[in-house]
Amino acid sequence: MQCKSKTAAVLAPVLTLAALALPGHANPVDDQLVIEGENGPVEIVTEAPAPDHLKGVLETIYSGWRFRNDETRALERDDFDNPGMVFVDRGRDKWNAPIGAKGESCASCHGGPEAFKGLRAVTPRVDEKTGALMTMENYIDACLTQRMGLESWNWTSTDMSDMLALISMQSRGMAVNVAIDGPAAPYWEKGKEIYYTRYGQLEMACANCHEQYFGHMIRADHLSQGQTNGFPVYRLKDAGLLSAQKRFVGCVRDTRAETFKPNSPEFKALELYVASRGNGLSVEGVSVRH
Amino acid sequence: MTRRLTLAVAVALAAAGPALSETLPEAVQFERGAVAASLTGMPGDPEAGVKVMTTNALGNCVACHLVSALPDVPFPGDIGPALDGAASRYSEAQLRGIIANSKHTFEGSFMPAFYKTEGYIRPGNAYTGKAATEPLPPILTAAQIEDVLAFVLTLKD
Ligand code: HEC
Ligand code: HEC
Repeated sequence: MQCKSKTAAVLAPVLTLAALALPGHANPVDDQLVIEGENGPVEIVTEAPAPDHLKGVLETIYSGWRFRNDETRALERDDFDNPGMVFVDRGRDKWNAPIGAKGESCASCHGGPEAFKGLRAVTPRVDEKTGALMTMENYIDACLTQRMGLESWNWTSTDMSDMLALISMQSRGMAVNVAIDGPAAPYWEKGKEIYYTRYGQLEMACANCHEQYFGHMIRADHLSQGQTNGFPVYRLKDAGLLSAQKRFVGCVRDTRAETFKPNSPEFKALELYVASRGNGLSVEGVSVRH
Repeated sequence: MTRRLTLAVAVALAAAGPALSETLPEAVQFERGAVAASLTGMPGDPEAGVKVMTTNALGNCVACHLVSALPDVPFPGDIGPALDGAASRYSEAQLRGIIANSKHTFEGSFMPAFYKTEGYIRPGNAYTGKAATEPLPPILTAAQIEDVLAFVLTLKD
């Protein structure tokens, strides 16, 4: 537009000045994450070349960890300091507890939680047998309701997030690698469409905040790329664990829109799509954000 | 009508309540992004404008824009350009248009439309996450738009 190019020309010097005055302000911090855990240090990839499907859109992808302040980043360097680790322990208790209708536990069918090493890195995925798109919650729920004779855990319950934390930890340090082709393709396309749709009275899409303006400040918030490799996240503001879809609810609500519900077809497809934007970043296990 | 008579009518309308003399959101005339006529027929109050610009649930302009004339605002955002000198870059009509619905000036802008009531995808009831039926109340009233404009007009180089 006429007006726009004129503005850009007038503003160019102003913008350069602002950039000089705030060094590094608009960028992710330059830092590396090695997590000290029970079994020694684990290196976490927080910066990687963008996956092919983002060619021309993003060159580099970053974990949300790189956008948090020094204090918040420090909490994730050692499991002793990570407030999310208590939920992993609680998840382990639940894993071993004979909660099933016939006294079964997760452990009696699966052995240790290590059995699920790698699962977090490839979910959401289309289940080979049923053709259904499965999040981690869907797998957990299927065991509870179909195999253990239990009522479904609420998607946003603490039982659910504790179990997510335990299973996610088994993939810590592994690269996110969700499939986007074959049977996943239609779900992925749907998720992509949602990602770029400008919802609500503020008419904002995920892409506006996390692709177009990541690195910028929206009031006091330093916008990240909205990656999901860190989930579940311990959020200092809520003093609790947050699943990816719970985060999506908050982000959509903030656009003055009617949100989708956790486990809705829309949010499942969106979770797959957003995960695929982080293919190549490490699963963090349980991360810390503010 | 003589000029004096027009004025008298305007004053009478204003006294009868702002709704009567207001231009409704759907009636606003954008001319290449600009809106020449006041939405209220009255000058805005710059001090009230500052309140609108710095209140989260209202304009929250400072979420995205730095305004050096408001040094007490904590954590201004840097999504949009600083508003310093905006009134030297744009006319009053252009600024009114940008504040009412910037998308007529900047195609596809990230800046929300503050004086618009329908045409949304999954409109919600403010920040509740619940559905709402269009037409929604605009984010800012006509008077609030004019108040914000009155303050932005003071931002000269
Ligand atoms: C109005 C701006 C805005 C919009 C629109 C928005 N977000 Fe966010 N989002 C934020 C802010 C602010 C945060 C917290 C800081 C950060 O990590 O970027 C956040 C955080 C996140 C995170 C957490 C990242 C982490 O490492 O902890 C994810 C995931 C996310 N958003 C996904 C989405 C998705 C998916 C959408 C669309 C459905 C979306 N966001 C729309 C502002 C937004
Ligand atoms: C969510 C972000 C956001 C909010 C909130 C916002 N703006 Fe903007 N604004 C922008 C962006 C981005 C631009 C740059 C135009 C473009 O390229 O889209 C802009 C441009 C402008 C301009 C033109 C500035 C120039 O020098 O070119 C003015 C004036 C302006 N905004 C005023 C306001 C006022 C007043 C409010 C509040 C009532 C407001 N804005 C709220 C994002 C925002």
